[in-house]
Amino acid sequence: MIRHVLLRVLQLVPTLFLASIVVFFIIVKAPGDPAQITAGPEATPEQLAAERARLGLDKPLAVRYAVWLSDVARLNLGYSLLARRQVTQMIGEAVPQTLRLALASMTLSILIGFPIGIVAAVRQNSRLDAAVTGLSSIGLAVPSFWLGILLILLFSVRLHWLPPSGVGDPDEGSLYNLRYLVMPVVTIAASNLAVFARFVRSAMIDALAADYVRTARAKGLGARAVVVRHALKNAMIPVVTILGIQFGRLLGGAVVTEAVFAYSGIGRLSVLSILNRDYPVVQGTLMLVVCLFLFVNLAVDLTYGYLDPRVKAQEA
Amino acid sequence: MATSIPESRPKRPERPPAAARSTTVLRRLFGERKGAAGSVCLALFILVAAVGPQITPYNPIELHLDAQLAPPSARFWWGTDELGRDILSRVIYGARVSLAAGVLAVALAGVVGVATGLLSGYLGGWTDAVISRIWDTLLAFPAIFLAIGIVTIIGRGYLNAVLAVAIINLPTFARLVRASTISLKGKDFVEAARAIGAPSGRIMFKTIFPNCLSLVVVQMAVAAPAAILVEASLSYLGLGSQPPTASWGNMLTAAQSYLYRSPTYGIFPGAALTLVVIALNYFADGLQDAIDPRRTRAGARMS
Repeated sequence: MIRHVLLRVLQLVPTLFLASIVVFFIIVKAPGDPAQITAGPEATPEQLAAERARLGLDKPLAVRYAVWLSDVARLNLGYSLLARRQVTQMIGEAVPQTLRLALASMTLSILIGFPIGIVAAVRQNSRLDAAVTGLSSIGLAVPSFWLGILLILLFSVRLHWLPPSGVGDPDEGSLYNLRYLVMPVVTIAASNLAVFARFVRSAMIDALAADYVRTARAKGLGARAVVVRHALKNAMIPVVTILGIQFGRLLGGAVVTEAVFAYSGIGRLSVLSILNRDYPVVQGTLMLVVCLFLFVNLAVDLTYGYLDPRVKAQEA
Repeated sequence: MATSIPESRPKRPERPPAAARSTTVLRRLFGERKGAAGSVCLALFILVAAVGPQITPYNPIELHLDAQLAPPSARFWWGTDELGRDILSRVIYGARVSLAAGVLAVALAGVVGVATGLLSGYLGGWTDAVISRIWDTLLAFPAIFLAIGIVTIIGRGYLNAVLAVAIINLPTFARLVRASTISLKGKDFVEAARAIGAPSGRIMFKTIFPNCLSLVVVQMAVAAPAAILVEASLSYLGLGSQPPTASWGNMLTAAQSYLYRSPTYGIFPGAALTLVVIALNYFADGLQDAIDPRRTRAGARMS
């Protein structure tokens, strides 16, 4: 088992390596001269040349890539061109905010999405089922930035219940700061729980049609026991596979949602850095996101193999 | 098509299951409620986008300085924006931007995906290894982040955003065509083409490609709504289409600054976007069922 896990981790290395080349090229190919940005618009050609040498921009590409990669491997992501702060420090401040958002919305969407998906499957083709399916197709289609704007219109502009933007004030109590989390969490959860509801529903429908469920019914088990002990347990196995995809969606959703609510997490950091041409920060956030995404997907794969021994047998 | 072949005749080379005829597909698509509703709604949007300039009450970039952020009225049905431009006219022009983005991105991803998928599936070996590594690399990024990275490299703007959306969709098309090519490669009709000495290019594009066309068409329909959403998101973030072009994404960015003064401004562009995506999702679902009625409905899409 440990060998299997190590092997899978090793298999990530080439992908990470290639992804790092893509991320590195952002700074090379991106329009705008980093030296010009740090030296200011009125720098003389000599000052510009000195700034280029300081940033290492005068070296050949391969050398620059090697230097950059070894820095990244040692978690040194360089300095922001604008804020004159370490990129790791800026990312370190943004990550907890995004994680809080991601965990809260993942919890909310599982808590709502799973039960309604199960109920819709058990009462397939009922009016309730139609409502769940209909709502989930709306949830899938509503762009998060529009949903965010609608929530702000209702809860901030009209009702004055919640603050329209920001992450709160660390000096205030957690209950005060919780108010800043409500709308972003709901915005991200909306599309997420729609996916969960749909997926759980179809997995449950498949499971309920399986032979072992018929057997369980035939031997006289109660409806609740059949659903919970037999169908649900097996339906959860395919559901695990979408958790990784959903995690990627969650990070993507965070980019847009954080922009809507001026919520200072990883997504907003990367978008602001692009708009400001602060490339080291863009590179740092992208590398972090890629690592997170790859490892979460690996973890999901391994869990899947653990839950369903048939998968591992196929791989071997 | 019940043609009975006499026993004595040599067996015809095995053909893949014939793709459903287009009239059958249309009948099945419209036979189902959601598929029909989605198709009709989509057709309406396409019509509005096509005749846009003829039906807009005003020029979408014409300023009415006497009526800035005006609420809906008889003069401006959906109100005006911060520069006094007619919102209804801008939403109609936005339909062109969004629909064109979806079509362009998906077509580009489809064409390049088909070509690379055929190559890696048919040739195999190192061609396949190299191409597959590229898709693995692209798939290592969550979609929006990949789009952001690409836009950083090639610059902001509408066409660049569309190109970014095409690239994030590429691996799906390429892998789909690759898998289907590999399974078709061993079939008799492909062997037959090879036996009569047809060149590889001809076998790939004339023999194999027509047999995975329906898969590609369905995938295009499935990918289009997500592509439209991503392009609109990029515009909203300021990375896609730029003002003064009227796109639903950048209209919503502007609307957000005036929520307190003009609450209706932000409603219409978003509603139009949502409606298009719902219509496209229903259409894609219906099309999938119509082409392959045995398909099991899996829920996850738009990853």
